[in-house]
Amino acid sequence: MNGPQDLGGQMGFGPVAPEKDEPYFHTAWERRALGVTLTAGAMGAWNIDESRHARESLHPADYYASSYYEIWIKALEVLLKRHGFVSERDLAAGKPVDPAAAPKRVLKAENVPAVLAKGGPCDRPVATPARFKAGDPVRTKNFNPTGHTRLPRYARGKHGTIEAVRDGFVFPDSNAHGDGENPQWVYTVVFEGSEIWGEGADPTLVVSIDAWESYLEPA
Amino acid sequence: MSHDHDHDNELDPFAARVRALETILTQKGLIDPAAIDVIVDTYETKIGPRNGARVVAKAWSDPAYADWLKRDATAAIASLSYTGRQGEHMQAVFNTEDTHNLVVCTLCSCYPWSVLGLPPVWYKAPPYRSRAVIDPRGVLEEFGLTLPADKKIRVWDSTAELRYLVVPMRPEGTEGWSEEQLAELVSRDAMIGTGLARQPA
Repeated sequence: MNGPQDLGGQMGFGPVAPEKDEPYFHTAWERRALGVTLTAGAMGAWNIDESRHARESLHPADYYASSYYEIWIKALEVLLKRHGFVSERDLAAGKPVDPAAAPKRVLKAENVPAVLAKGGPCDRPVATPARFKAGDPVRTKNFNPTGHTRLPRYARGKHGTIEAVRDGFVFPDSNAHGDGENPQWVYTVVFEGSEIWGEGADPTLVVSIDAWESYLEPA
Repeated sequence: MSHDHDHDNELDPFAARVRALETILTQKGLIDPAAIDVIVDTYETKIGPRNGARVVAKAWSDPAYADWLKRDATAAIASLSYTGRQGEHMQAVFNTEDTHNLVVCTLCSCYPWSVLGLPPVWYKAPPYRSRAVIDPRGVLEEFGLTLPADKKIRVWDSTAELRYLVVPMRPEGTEGWSEEQLAELVSRDAMIGTGLARQPA
């Protein structure tokens, strides 16, 4: 979706503000926000693509006014409600009022190291051979889906070159919506800065994205 | 941003909101608060840029390892026991005399947790995410880094599940240094591309 998350090339946000010796957490609640987000995700009711889509579906004014941990928590509330774990009445009361759906699993403290060390690999076998090979000229599609996609607006309808054929990966555009993993080949595609930004582009700039096969057509 | 306070108090509405959510989920038996403690401890004390610095130092010291890192970063990094969440699929990109690499996630906050730990606030915030792809030189200036005008800049937008680690160039004057000494020169920012390796004192 053309939501607030799609930031590449947007203007007006001001300078980057690196913080010297930045701590991992700026408040105690950020620690809990990280942990609540990860333990709730470990219930197995949604995947990473659905959670990303919940975050980018926040109202743009809310998204831009929120820190990233605030975005996480606001989206987590949406996911918990959607999947029947938490109700509006629970949230209003600040304690359980309504019964919850049954989770697939509950992450216990003793299992955390193994779960974090394993992660969630997204590579999958793809039945068909890769359509493109390194060096192939391609054009990204121009589309504006209302659902989740990982093709940024700045890279739509642009000519680029396949630099590397990666692996088969879960397709976020369907997986975010419960429509299956439908794995596709992923490619690293490089674009000249001038192809993306046109007049005035930095002549020394090359930008790459990682693109699923269905984002690409031969050029 | 709302990180302009350095502690929680009863009046902070967002702290109360997070606490309420944790309470509800815990009392419903959906999460284990002790698991949260372990997660926080892991990312506050165990997993951080020291991991990535060891990878870089080894690549500087051992050409065979550098070659492996180039070909199969996931396996080469796993050989040092750095695996797991947000590092499942790794790609190492090497700075050269000609090209400087810079990593961003314009769409969210993708970052190689297994080698760099949790991302800094600026990496997840709109100024960096919006400008890294269109004005990388301007962004780098804000980090105090001015690149030569003819240096090529390659920006890697992490739009899929590959996570990128920049391998900065080894500083001059470090011949014969141990991997431990070399790792001290490798900052988090150098491995994102918003900095270079430190010069030896």
